[in-house]
Amino acid sequence: MDKFTKITGVAAPMPLINIDTDMIIPKQFLKTIKRSGLGKNLFDEMRYNDDGSENPDFVLNKPAYRKAEIIVAGENFGCGSSREHAPWALLDFGIRCVIAPSFADIFYGNCFKNGILPIVLPQEQVDILLKETEKGENARITVDLEAQEITTPDGEVFAFEVDPFKKHCLLNGLDDIGLTMEKLDSINAYEQKAAVERPWV
Amino acid sequence: MTTAKTLYDKIWDAHLAHEAEDGTCLLYIDRHLVHEVTSPQAFEGLRMAGRDVHSPDKTIAVPDHNVPTTLDREKGIENKESRIQVEALDKNAHDFGIHYYPVSDIRQGIVHIVGPEQGWTLPGMTVVCGDSHTATHGAFGALAHGIGTSEVEHVLATQTLIQKKSKNMKVEITGKLQPGVTAKDITLAVIGATGTAGGTGHVIEYCGEAIRDLSMEGRMTVCNMAIEGGARAGLIAPDEKTFEYVKGRPHAPKGAQWEAALAWWKTLFTDEGAEFDKVVTLRGEDISPVVTWGTSPEDVLPITATVPSPQDFEGGKVEAVQRALDYMGLTPGMPLTDIAIDTVFIGSCTNGRIEDLRAAAEILKGKKIKEGIRAMVVPGSGLVRAQAEEEGLADIFQQAGFEWRLAGCSMCLAMNPDQLSPGERCAATSNRNFEGRQGKGGRTHLVSPAMAAAAALTGHLTDVRDLM
Ligand code: SF4
Repeated sequence: MDKFTKITGVAAPMPLINIDTDMIIPKQFLKTIKRSGLGKNLFDEMRYNDDGSENPDFVLNKPAYRKAEIIVAGENFGCGSSREHAPWALLDFGIRCVIAPSFADIFYGNCFKNGILPIVLPQEQVDILLKETEKGENARITVDLEAQEITTPDGEVFAFEVDPFKKHCLLNGLDDIGLTMEKLDSINAYEQKAAVERPWV
Repeated sequence: MTTAKTLYDKIWDAHLAHEAEDGTCLLYIDRHLVHEVTSPQAFEGLRMAGRDVHSPDKTIAVPDHNVPTTLDREKGIENKESRIQVEALDKNAHDFGIHYYPVSDIRQGIVHIVGPEQGWTLPGMTVVCGDSHTATHGAFGALAHGIGTSEVEHVLATQTLIQKKSKNMKVEITGKLQPGVTAKDITLAVIGATGTAGGTGHVIEYCGEAIRDLSMEGRMTVCNMAIEGGARAGLIAPDEKTFEYVKGRPHAPKGAQWEAALAWWKTLFTDEGAEFDKVVTLRGEDISPVVTWGTSPEDVLPITATVPSPQDFEGGKVEAVQRALDYMGLTPGMPLTDIAIDTVFIGSCTNGRIEDLRAAAEILKGKKIKEGIRAMVVPGSGLVRAQAEEEGLADIFQQAGFEWRLAGCSMCLAMNPDQLSPGERCAATSNRNFEGRQGKGGRTHLVSPAMAAAAALTGHLTDVRDLM
């Protein structure tokens, strides 16, 4: 997994609420058995017309946002299915950070496992960022995970919360499985105890 | 000092394998269910790291999302990518030695229907699957939730999950349901009341007389859609109905083990005085048969209502409602019962069980669906299908004009050929009405099986009570 320390990049506004994982990556693209290559189908049904041409009105098709690394969105981003294809598609497109007033649980967790930082900010601060993003590619936002701060193009600074363990893993690009494997003794001990207490499992 | 615990607290405590100083926990997983869409990358990860499946005996796989449901499916899967996914699952199940129900097995079906049916899902267990509707298994008093593919790989490799404890939420449905009102209406009404983010960060325990009165099938329907309310898991305390359902299933405990299990299961309830972080109460009598009119499961109204206007809402919802109405092709003020439909889909892990098929058949008995309507029943498993045939339900469906299919997810998410075309309007017993969920441009109205059957007969959304 790629580390996430600090990025400065263009942010694309997607103020819609309840952006679900079917919108982020429609199911016809879930048939892959690989993690990569989904970026071209990110937001597919909004991004392309029926004939396959680009919909020029969709935010990520506008010249200013084609290289966006950050999305600023409405509440309950990532609701719906557990498909990790959603963060894979975001990452493959080049998105490293999503900022919203709230996220769906499973999507939120999936982001951290793929080097994407989801940030929860109060609606007022999200609204300020949305206004800033309207300035297009000149509006570069800085996200500093170490300091837990977002800096707007105007120099305004917003602090954000993040779980210390998740932060540690993201800063160092650590793989959860490797970390858990170190606790195999505890798992084995639990299994022995459980085999006595609940042998039917 | 003993403190009062919720059901969730009890299951959580019984599965804590390790707790780090910062509160990060390793939760031990009793059952890991696997399907073909969210697992290939996880198995690939294991292979790349040279890791094994930690507990193949606790891991159960079944292909469901991509499989064709037409009667000629032994011919194989036409779509190349779907075929590759199912073949990958065949191979992974074989190579790693996990329990497997291939397409050719009569026990094959939707993973959330197969688990309980085979007795893999038992009270007090932790159950995960790379699928958000894993919440279904909570009907047994099992802590069950969906996980992403990285977590699938984590569970395969370690039989644990890194977790922080969620908050406790209680959803109580008091009193009795009115005739014509079902488990599906309860679960949709709850989402309508709390919103799709109402349960975020919580595990819901459903309780109250109306929940106790439900069959196991109905309880599964309720828990299935906990995720649509934002909660990762929904729970219902096990009782005699639960034990009755579980007893004698192929993988349920037997003999002395059964007695030991039963003794523990009977301790699985929320203690008197235990605290919930959030409580929602609905009166069973107040719940009507409902339908969704928009593109979010919270867009739900009694069938007797009219299509709302964006002006009825506030904040970000105004724009979302406008967008939903445009997508759904609906005008504010129109009675919901005036909405003409093209298609009816009965199936999915929400409503693909025997009781659901009975409820729909009851309405359809001796009648014919409206001409021009495309209607299909997709049983949740091969065994549900066989039982429905034995009970004569299949004949009722076919005589009414429904297609009688083989088991799978089918038009619930339309990864196989069962899809809506742009603008096609469907009354569906599944769980999601998102844009494009049942096919690009397709329009979905979520309803109960009885309401779906009623719509098939009249050709428009219909109050099933008028046909009873
Ligand atoms: S029936 Fe639908 S919701 Fe259930 S597992 Fe299949 S695709 Fe998911």
